[in-house]
Amino acid sequence: MMTKRRSKWPLLLLLLGPTFLLFTFFVVVPVIEAAVFSLYKWNGLGPLGDFRGLNNFWTLFQNAVFHKALTNNLAIVFFSLVVEVPLALYLALILGRSRFKFAVLFRTIFFLPYVFSEIISGLLWQFIYHPQRGLVHAFYAAFLPDASVPAVLGNPDTVLAGIMVVIVWKYFGFHMSILIAGLQDIPEELKEAARMDGATESQTTRRIILPLLLPTILISVFFAVVGSFQVFDTIWAMGKGDPVNAAESVVTYLYKFGIQRFNIGYGSAVAVTIFLICLTFSLTYNRLISRVEKR
Amino acid sequence: MKRDQSWRAAAVCLALSLLVPWAASADPIKVTWWNIGTAANDRALNTAFADEYMKAHPNVQIDVTVLENEAFKSKLTTVMQSGSPPDLFQTWGGGVLTEYGKAGLLKDITGPVKGSSWYASQAPGVWQNYSVNGKINAVATDMGAITFWYNKDLLAKVGYKTFPTDWDDFLALVKKLKAAGIVPIALGAGDKWPAMHMWSYIALRLGGGQLFQDTFSGKNTKGFEDPTFIKAGQVLKDLTALKPFQDGFLGATYDDEASLVANGKAAMELMGQWAPNVQKDKTADKMGLGSKLGSAPFPAIKGGKGLVTDVIGGGGGYAVGKNASDAAIDFLKFLTGKENQIRMAETSGIIATAVGAEVGIKDPNAKLVKAIVDKSTFFQLYLDQFLSPAAGGVVNDSVQTILAGTATPAQACAAIQAAYSDK
Repeated sequence: MMTKRRSKWPLLLLLLGPTFLLFTFFVVVPVIEAAVFSLYKWNGLGPLGDFRGLNNFWTLFQNAVFHKALTNNLAIVFFSLVVEVPLALYLALILGRSRFKFAVLFRTIFFLPYVFSEIISGLLWQFIYHPQRGLVHAFYAAFLPDASVPAVLGNPDTVLAGIMVVIVWKYFGFHMSILIAGLQDIPEELKEAARMDGATESQTTRRIILPLLLPTILISVFFAVVGSFQVFDTIWAMGKGDPVNAAESVVTYLYKFGIQRFNIGYGSAVAVTIFLICLTFSLTYNRLISRVEKR
Repeated sequence: MKRDQSWRAAAVCLALSLLVPWAASADPIKVTWWNIGTAANDRALNTAFADEYMKAHPNVQIDVTVLENEAFKSKLTTVMQSGSPPDLFQTWGGGVLTEYGKAGLLKDITGPVKGSSWYASQAPGVWQNYSVNGKINAVATDMGAITFWYNKDLLAKVGYKTFPTDWDDFLALVKKLKAAGIVPIALGAGDKWPAMHMWSYIALRLGGGQLFQDTFSGKNTKGFEDPTFIKAGQVLKDLTALKPFQDGFLGATYDDEASLVANGKAAMELMGQWAPNVQKDKTADKMGLGSKLGSAPFPAIKGGKGLVTDVIGGGGGYAVGKNASDAAIDFLKFLTGKENQIRMAETSGIIATAVGAEVGIKDPNAKLVKAIVDKSTFFQLYLDQFLSPAAGGVVNDSVQTILAGTATPAQACAAIQAAYSDK
């Protein structure tokens, strides 16, 4: 008994040790460091000196631009959940069927935007929206020569909507792929059985496929929410969250006001806040998922 | 027998390899030099500088790193935070250099500069911008001014042979251009700093150099909330009401701005000495507007205290990192000497700062900018560069809010003052 227990430790150490060390050095330590920095007014150069307690956080919570950024993130979350995931689900239900003729071709086409890097998509769409030489301009020139071309990214009222279109365009293919993978896990026999019992196509979908797909849908939703909070490159490439901070996200806010302006202490306070939001969400949500899966 | 020989050969090789490091007289002294000369001609010239210096000093090895402007700024911030600056690197002086200097990341080269002919080899006014707390930490290569760059043909179309010298006349010109279906001013307000120059120039024309001096010395207790700064915001707002900029200017970049002027789609832009070079790059034939391009000082405003010869400008130079060797400093002296500055002026069209290097400046517009700098009655470094990075960022943000109409000039100035006074 004793020897058996002793011999378990070297193996555990060997298998978990490297992961544990990497996780500690690259995740836990930086998080703790950021938490420490967030209590100082510090420009990132030289030693930490000017202790300010929770001052950075109070400034942050009162900052109108941060409020705007947070609201924008919530809007992106909402838009992802209402448009992106349902669209992906709808397409997955069509393309997930092997009977559909060009399924593979369409899957590839829809997945393509996800393959591009965020910066490339951002630059691509910046060109599409460009009021003097873009695709939108060409469209207006061809069909509405008298109307003035809207500057989607140059107008504080439309810039966020313009970026959301790009986010949906870029990520619905990713969610569609996850959902198709989930669909393929559903045993064919169940669908067959339903059909033999006389269930219609829509009844099979609603009563059999969707409930069985629920865990996958919940994972898709999880990625959509966390991804929405992390969105940075796409926004940065399409006008850096401006004009007048109208498209700022919490991460562009962090980069702009923390890193670029030499306020590492303040930036760390932003980072800690984002971290806490995401952590709270993923803890609650994972509990929810495991509850659903147990059912 | 054979086996024995191969063993011996291996032994000889090993012995030789051990000897090699000792054979070279000394380790080369390494100098790291980061610059932003990404254009082909700049790259070739900078490589030539390094090669020539290494040829004359075989014990020195210069490692040149060329980075694009924005990439350079983010990468430099990272190495600065890790506490290991390059020996020589691009700088624009001002608030960023001050932050580095205060953190002890720069080398004090006051001794080598003032102890030799180096100090006198540069125009006297330029050292100030490259010093932190009275210590020289960097050397200028280029110093110019922000001016209006305009298309002579488009102005002639609406009856202007020369650029207006008075603000009311300028507004009249804007209206005439607009009526003729020409975009009067190209503005990359998405990048913010191009618009910021417009507001700060209006403030300078209204309040004169004294307003800026008093604001920075603290004598002007209202700081940026001084009525003159607010009025400057109002003047800018009134200009914006004429819709003088291209459609979508709030989201446009400086590249868009340069492209519009270069291709004759807008009549003018307010920009620094690099404008003609960037414009050339934006045209298919790489020629820009050529002789059609004119340059003129920012117009005077009636009732304002500023003179038309008060200037906002700046330029580039090279800063010296804290670990720089004597060889690095010597190389910098070589780089910023008259002969090499003439070559820089000829190749890159910069407004070289070394005394006597003006012979390298061939372009008439560059000569004009040089004259504006030389005859300036007051010289203010670009406001966003002069202030700390945090305050400079807020100045850029706030001017954009005036243009977008999301804040009143008074609110915008209050935001600037709040950032400026948050030390």
